[in-house]
Amino acid sequence: MSFDLEQATVLLQNEFPQDILDIKEYRNETTLLIKKDQIHRFCKHLKDNLDFTFLADLTAVDYLEVKLPRYEVVYHIHRFGPDCEENIRIRLKAELTDDNPKIDSVASIWSSADWLEREVYDMFGIEFTGHPDLRRILMPEDYGPFPLRKDFDVRNREASKESFEKALEDGRD
Amino acid sequence: MGVNADPLVGGEGFLTTTIEAFANWGRKNSLWPMPFGTACCAIEMMGVFASRYDLSRFGAEVARFSPRQADLMIVSGTITYKMASVCRRIYDQMPEPKWVIAMGSCTCGGGPFDSYAVVQGIDEFLPVDVYVGGCPPRPEALIDAVMKIQKKIEMKGAPVV
Ligand code: SF4
Repeated sequence: MSFDLEQATVLLQNEFPQDILDIKEYRNETTLLIKKDQIHRFCKHLKDNLDFTFLADLTAVDYLEVKLPRYEVVYHIHRFGPDCEENIRIRLKAELTDDNPKIDSVASIWSSADWLEREVYDMFGIEFTGHPDLRRILMPEDYGPFPLRKDFDVRNREASKESFEKALEDGRD
Repeated sequence: MGVNADPLVGGEGFLTTTIEAFANWGRKNSLWPMPFGTACCAIEMMGVFASRYDLSRFGAEVARFSPRQADLMIVSGTITYKMASVCRRIYDQMPEPKWVIAMGSCTCGGGPFDSYAVVQGIDEFLPVDVYVGGCPPRPEALIDAVMKIQKKIEMKGAPVV
Protein backbone atom coordinates (compact mmCIF):
# COMPACT_ATOMS: atom_id res chain seq x y z
CA MET A 1 0.00 0.00 0.00
CA SER A 2 1.43 3.32 -0.86
CA PHE A 3 0.81 6.05 1.59
CA ASP A 4 1.47 9.72 1.06
CA LEU A 5 1.02 12.98 2.86
CA GLU A 6 -2.06 14.01 0.88
CA GLN A 7 -3.76 10.79 1.75
CA ALA A 8 -2.87 11.19 5.40
CA THR A 9 -4.29 14.70 5.44
CA VAL A 10 -7.58 13.56 3.94
CA LEU A 11 -7.83 10.73 6.45
CA LEU A 12 -7.17 13.16 9.29
CA GLN A 13 -9.73 15.64 8.00
CA ASN A 14 -12.39 12.94 7.94
CA GLU A 15 -11.50 11.82 11.43
CA PHE A 16 -11.25 15.29 13.00
CA PRO A 17 -13.48 17.65 11.00
CA GLN A 18 -13.86 20.10 13.88
CA ASP A 19 -10.35 20.11 15.29
CA ILE A 20 -8.18 21.01 12.30
CA LEU A 21 -8.43 24.79 12.14
CA ASP A 22 -6.16 25.37 9.19
CA ILE A 23 -4.04 23.48 6.65
CA LYS A 24 -1.00 25.01 4.99
CA GLU A 25 0.99 23.57 2.13
CA TYR A 26 4.36 25.03 1.40
CA ARG A 27 7.16 23.40 -0.58
CA ASN A 28 5.78 19.92 -0.05
CA GLU A 29 5.45 20.47 3.65
CA THR A 30 2.10 20.23 5.35
CA THR A 31 1.26 22.12 8.50
CA LEU A 32 -1.93 21.55 10.43
CA LEU A 33 -3.21 23.98 13.01
CA ILE A 34 -4.87 21.94 15.74
CA LYS A 35 -7.24 22.98 18.49
CA LYS A 36 -5.14 23.17 21.61
CA ASP A 37 -7.30 20.94 23.83
CA GLN A 38 -7.42 18.19 21.19
CA ILE A 39 -3.67 17.85 20.75
CA HIS A 40 -3.30 14.71 22.85
CA ARG A 41 -6.17 12.88 21.15
CA PHE A 42 -4.92 13.96 17.73
CA CYS A 43 -1.34 12.82 18.37
CA LYS A 44 -2.49 9.50 19.77
CA HIS A 45 -4.49 8.89 16.61
CA LEU A 46 -1.48 9.78 14.46
CA LYS A 47 0.69 7.27 16.26
CA ASP A 48 -1.73 4.42 16.84
CA ASN A 49 -3.61 4.42 13.54
CA LEU A 50 -1.34 6.09 11.01
CA ASP A 51 2.06 4.82 12.22
CA PHE A 52 3.68 8.19 12.92
CA THR A 53 6.09 6.59 15.38
CA PHE A 54 8.73 9.28 15.66
CA LEU A 55 8.48 12.76 17.17
CA ALA A 56 11.42 14.50 15.53
CA ASP A 57 11.12 17.85 17.27
CA LEU A 58 8.91 19.78 19.60
CA THR A 59 9.44 23.48 20.04
CA ALA A 60 7.63 26.79 20.43
CA VAL A 61 7.53 30.27 18.96
CA ASP A 62 6.80 33.54 20.74
CA TYR A 63 4.90 35.94 18.43
CA LEU A 64 4.93 38.89 20.81
CA GLU A 65 3.74 42.05 19.00
CA VAL A 66 3.37 40.07 15.77
CA LYS A 67 0.14 38.23 16.25
CA LEU A 68 -2.34 36.94 18.78
CA PRO A 69 -2.50 34.43 20.42
CA ARG A 70 1.06 34.90 21.50
CA TYR A 71 2.57 31.39 21.52
CA GLU A 72 2.62 28.49 19.11
CA VAL A 73 3.80 25.03 20.07
CA VAL A 74 5.19 23.17 17.06
CA TYR A 75 5.42 19.38 16.58
CA HIS A 76 7.40 17.70 13.81
CA ILE A 77 6.25 14.12 13.42
CA HIS A 78 7.74 11.46 11.19
CA ARG A 79 6.46 8.24 9.71
CA PHE A 80 8.93 5.62 8.53
CA GLY A 81 7.54 3.91 5.44
CA PRO A 82 8.55 0.51 4.08
CA ASP A 83 10.69 2.27 1.48
CA CYS A 84 12.10 5.77 1.50
CA GLU A 85 9.42 7.39 -0.73
CA GLU A 86 6.93 6.61 1.96
CA ASN A 87 8.86 8.38 4.68
CA ILE A 88 6.61 11.31 5.41
CA ARG A 89 6.73 14.17 7.81
CA ILE A 90 3.93 16.33 9.13
CA ARG A 91 3.96 19.48 11.20
CA LEU A 92 1.36 20.32 13.83
CA LYS A 93 0.86 23.66 15.53
CA ALA A 94 -1.26 24.70 18.46
CA GLU A 95 -1.84 28.25 19.61
CA LEU A 96 -1.61 29.30 23.26
CA THR A 97 -2.64 32.60 24.79
CA ASP A 98 -0.45 34.72 27.01
CA ASP A 99 -2.69 34.44 30.09
CA ASN A 100 -2.90 30.63 29.95
CA PRO A 101 0.23 29.11 28.38
CA LYS A 102 -0.67 25.48 29.09
CA ILE A 103 -1.10 22.47 26.86
CA ASP A 104 -1.40 18.70 27.30
CA SER A 105 1.85 16.78 27.32
CA VAL A 106 2.46 14.22 24.58
CA ALA A 107 5.24 12.51 26.55
CA SER A 108 2.98 9.52 27.17
CA ILE A 109 2.73 9.00 23.39
CA TRP A 110 6.32 9.63 22.31
CA SER A 111 8.85 9.45 25.13
CA SER A 112 11.19 11.74 23.17
CA ALA A 113 8.76 14.52 24.08
CA ASP A 114 9.89 14.33 27.70
CA TRP A 115 13.07 16.41 27.43
CA LEU A 116 11.79 18.49 24.51
CA GLU A 117 8.84 19.65 26.58
CA ARG A 118 11.15 20.39 29.48
CA GLU A 119 13.23 22.56 27.17
CA VAL A 120 10.19 24.45 25.92
CA TYR A 121 9.10 24.94 29.52
CA ASP A 122 12.59 26.14 30.45
CA MET A 123 12.87 28.66 27.60
CA PHE A 124 9.25 29.83 27.14
CA GLY A 125 7.49 29.01 30.40
CA ILE A 126 4.86 26.95 28.62
CA GLU A 127 3.44 24.31 30.96
CA PHE A 128 2.71 20.80 29.79
CA THR A 129 -0.03 19.23 31.86
CA GLY A 130 0.47 15.55 32.50
CA HIS A 131 4.24 15.70 31.97
CA PRO A 132 6.03 13.13 34.18
CA ASP A 133 8.78 15.47 35.44
CA LEU A 134 8.42 19.09 34.37
CA ARG A 135 11.61 20.76 35.64
CA ARG A 136 14.05 23.15 34.00
CA ILE A 137 16.54 21.29 31.85
CA LEU A 138 19.19 23.81 30.75
CA MET A 139 19.05 26.74 33.15
CA PRO A 140 19.68 26.33 36.90
CA GLU A 141 16.63 25.03 38.73
CA ASP A 142 16.20 28.17 40.84
CA TYR A 143 16.41 30.45 37.77
CA GLY A 144 13.47 32.82 37.42
CA PRO A 145 12.89 34.23 33.92
CA PHE A 146 12.21 32.42 30.63
CA PRO A 147 15.04 33.49 28.34
CA LEU A 148 13.54 32.88 24.88
CA ARG A 149 10.46 35.00 25.55
CA LYS A 150 10.70 38.07 23.36
CA ASP A 151 10.21 40.44 26.28
CA PHE A 152 13.32 39.07 28.04
CA ASP A 153 16.52 41.05 27.57
CA VAL A 154 19.10 38.48 26.40
CA ARG A 155 21.90 40.47 27.98
CA ASN A 156 20.32 40.41 31.42
CA ARG A 157 22.69 38.32 33.54
CA GLU A 158 21.26 39.18 36.95
CA ALA A 159 19.25 35.99 37.44
CA SER A 160 22.16 33.83 36.27
CA LYS A 161 24.47 35.56 38.73
CA GLU A 162 22.07 34.98 41.60
CA SER A 163 21.83 31.25 40.83
CA PHE A 164 25.62 31.09 40.52
CA GLU A 165 26.21 32.73 43.87
CA LYS A 166 23.70 30.45 45.50
CA ALA A 167 25.35 27.39 43.94
CA LEU A 168 28.72 28.59 45.28
CA GLU A 169 27.35 28.95 48.78
CA ASP A 170 25.65 25.56 48.69
CA GLY A 171 28.90 24.00 47.52
CA ARG A 172 30.87 25.57 50.35
CA ASP A 173 28.67 24.51 53.28
CA MET B 1 73.52 30.60 44.19
CA GLY B 2 77.11 29.54 44.43
CA VAL B 3 79.02 26.62 42.99
CA ASN B 4 81.87 24.92 44.77
CA ALA B 5 84.05 22.45 42.96
CA ASP B 6 86.95 22.42 45.45
CA PRO B 7 87.74 18.77 46.22
CA LEU B 8 88.93 19.76 49.71
CA VAL B 9 85.50 21.08 50.72
CA GLY B 10 82.89 19.11 48.85
CA GLY B 11 84.39 16.19 47.06
CA GLU B 12 82.84 16.32 43.62
CA GLY B 13 81.44 19.78 44.17
CA PHE B 14 78.19 21.19 45.56
CA LEU B 15 75.83 24.00 45.00
CA THR B 16 74.37 26.52 47.41
CA THR B 17 70.93 28.05 46.93
CA THR B 18 67.77 28.86 48.88
CA ILE B 19 65.06 26.30 49.37
CA GLU B 20 62.62 28.67 47.74
CA ALA B 21 64.64 29.06 44.57
CA PHE B 22 65.24 25.32 44.43
CA ALA B 23 61.57 24.46 44.94
CA ASN B 24 60.48 26.96 42.33
CA TRP B 25 62.98 25.60 39.87
CA GLY B 26 61.33 22.24 40.32
CA ARG B 27 57.80 23.60 40.11
CA LYS B 28 58.50 25.59 37.01
CA ASN B 29 59.80 22.57 35.14
CA SER B 30 57.11 20.14 36.22
CA LEU B 31 53.81 21.96 35.99
CA TRP B 32 50.88 19.56 36.17
CA PRO B 33 47.97 21.09 34.33
CA MET B 34 44.31 20.57 35.17
CA PRO B 35 42.55 20.88 31.79
CA PHE B 36 39.20 22.58 32.24
CA GLY B 37 37.97 22.39 28.67
CA THR B 38 34.36 23.28 28.01
CA ALA B 39 34.20 24.24 24.34
CA CYS B 40 36.10 24.62 21.07
CA CYS B 41 39.29 25.98 22.71
CA ALA B 42 39.72 22.64 24.42
CA ILE B 43 40.40 21.03 21.03
CA GLU B 44 43.29 23.41 20.55
CA MET B 45 44.53 22.63 24.06
CA MET B 46 44.52 18.91 23.21
CA GLY B 47 46.64 19.80 20.21
CA VAL B 48 49.14 21.40 22.54
CA PHE B 49 49.37 18.26 24.66
CA ALA B 50 49.70 15.97 21.64
CA SER B 51 52.87 15.10 19.78
CA ARG B 52 52.94 17.88 17.20
CA TYR B 53 53.25 20.73 19.70
CA ASP B 54 54.22 18.50 22.62
CA LEU B 55 53.93 20.41 25.85
CA SER B 56 56.11 17.77 27.51
CA ARG B 57 59.09 19.69 26.16
CA PHE B 58 58.22 22.16 28.92
CA GLY B 59 57.65 19.50 31.55
CA ALA B 60 53.92 20.14 31.60
CA GLU B 61 52.46 17.18 29.76
CA VAL B 62 50.97 15.27 32.69
CA ALA B 63 47.39 16.48 32.40
CA ARG B 64 45.70 15.61 35.67
CA PHE B 65 41.98 15.10 35.76
CA SER B 66 42.06 15.27 39.52
CA PRO B 67 42.46 18.78 40.93
CA ARG B 68 44.30 17.33 43.96
CA GLN B 69 47.26 16.48 41.76
CA ALA B 70 47.36 19.62 39.64
CA ASP B 71 48.88 23.05 40.07
CA LEU B 72 48.06 24.79 36.78
CA MET B 73 44.45 25.22 35.72
CA ILE B 74 43.96 25.84 31.99
CA VAL B 75 40.43 27.14 31.58
CA SER B 76 39.70 26.75 27.89
CA GLY B 77 36.19 27.27 26.61
CA THR B 78 33.00 29.14 27.19
CA ILE B 79 32.14 29.29 30.90
CA THR B 80 28.45 29.61 31.66
CA TYR B 81 27.18 30.68 35.06
CA LYS B 82 25.94 27.13 35.60
CA MET B 83 29.46 25.82 35.00
CA ALA B 84 31.18 28.63 36.90
CA SER B 85 30.44 27.24 40.35
CA VAL B 86 31.93 23.90 39.26
CA CYS B 87 35.01 25.66 37.91
CA ARG B 88 35.49 27.59 41.14
CA ARG B 89 35.02 24.43 43.19
CA ILE B 90 37.71 22.61 41.23
CA TYR B 91 40.05 25.56 41.63
CA ASP B 92 39.43 25.53 45.38
CA GLN B 93 40.29 21.83 45.50
CA MET B 94 43.72 22.34 43.93
CA PRO B 95 46.57 22.46 46.48
CA GLU B 96 48.68 25.62 46.83
CA PRO B 97 50.66 26.97 45.05
CA LYS B 98 48.51 27.13 41.93
CA TRP B 99 48.19 29.14 38.76
CA VAL B 100 45.43 29.82 36.23
CA ILE B 101 45.60 30.37 32.47
CA ALA B 102 42.50 31.88 30.82
CA MET B 103 42.65 30.48 27.31
CA GLY B 104 40.56 32.07 24.56
CA SER B 105 38.32 35.10 24.20
CA CYS B 106 35.47 33.37 26.01
CA THR B 107 37.38 32.97 29.24
CA CYS B 108 39.01 36.38 28.93
CA GLY B 109 35.82 38.35 28.39
CA GLY B 110 32.86 36.29 27.22
CA GLY B 111 33.99 36.09 23.60
CA PRO B 112 31.18 36.16 21.07
CA PHE B 113 28.60 35.24 23.69
CA ASP B 114 27.19 38.43 25.17
CA SER B 115 24.25 36.50 26.58
CA TYR B 116 22.26 35.80 29.72
CA ALA B 117 24.05 32.51 30.40
CA VAL B 118 27.74 33.25 29.80
CA VAL B 119 30.23 34.69 32.30
CA GLN B 120 31.90 37.77 30.82
CA GLY B 121 35.42 36.78 31.81
CA ILE B 122 36.43 34.16 34.38
CA ASP B 123 38.24 36.78 36.44
CA GLU B 124 34.78 37.47 37.86
CA PHE B 125 35.35 34.47 40.11
CA LEU B 126 38.95 33.23 39.63
CA PRO B 127 42.37 34.88 40.04
CA VAL B 128 43.87 34.65 36.53
CA ASP B 129 47.65 34.70 35.99
CA VAL B 130 47.89 34.75 32.19
CA TYR B 131 45.25 35.69 29.61
CA VAL B 132 45.51 34.25 26.10
CA GLY B 133 43.43 36.02 23.47
CA GLY B 134 42.16 34.41 20.29
CA CYS B 135 39.19 32.42 19.12
CA PRO B 136 40.73 29.93 19.51
CA PRO B 137 44.36 30.88 20.22
CA ARG B 138 47.01 29.03 18.24
CA PRO B 139 48.85 26.28 20.11
CA GLU B 140 51.97 28.45 20.08
CA ALA B 141 50.05 31.07 22.05
CA LEU B 142 49.20 28.56 24.77
CA ILE B 143 52.80 27.37 24.88
CA ASP B 144 53.80 31.01 25.28
CA ALA B 145 51.34 31.31 28.16
CA VAL B 146 52.86 28.27 29.87
CA MET B 147 56.30 29.84 29.43
CA LYS B 148 55.00 33.07 30.96
CA ILE B 149 53.76 31.08 33.95
CA GLN B 150 57.19 29.47 34.21
CA LYS B 151 58.79 32.88 34.17
CA LYS B 152 56.36 34.12 36.78
CA ILE B 153 57.21 31.20 39.06
CA GLU B 154 60.90 31.79 38.56
CA MET B 155 60.91 35.57 38.99
CA LYS B 156 58.39 36.12 41.70
CA GLY B 157 58.48 32.77 43.27
CA ALA B 158 55.86 31.19 45.39
CA PRO B 159 56.02 30.67 49.14
CA VAL B 160 57.34 27.27 50.18
CA VAL B 161 54.42 25.49 51.79
S1 SF4 C 1 37.17 31.68 22.46
FE1 SF4 C 1 36.31 31.01 20.50
S2 SF4 C 1 37.27 29.02 20.14
FE2 SF4 C 1 37.52 29.49 22.31
S3 SF4 C 1 35.80 28.55 23.35
FE3 SF4 C 1 35.23 30.66 22.89
S4 SF4 C 1 34.16 30.53 20.93
FE4 SF4 C 1 35.32 28.62 21.16
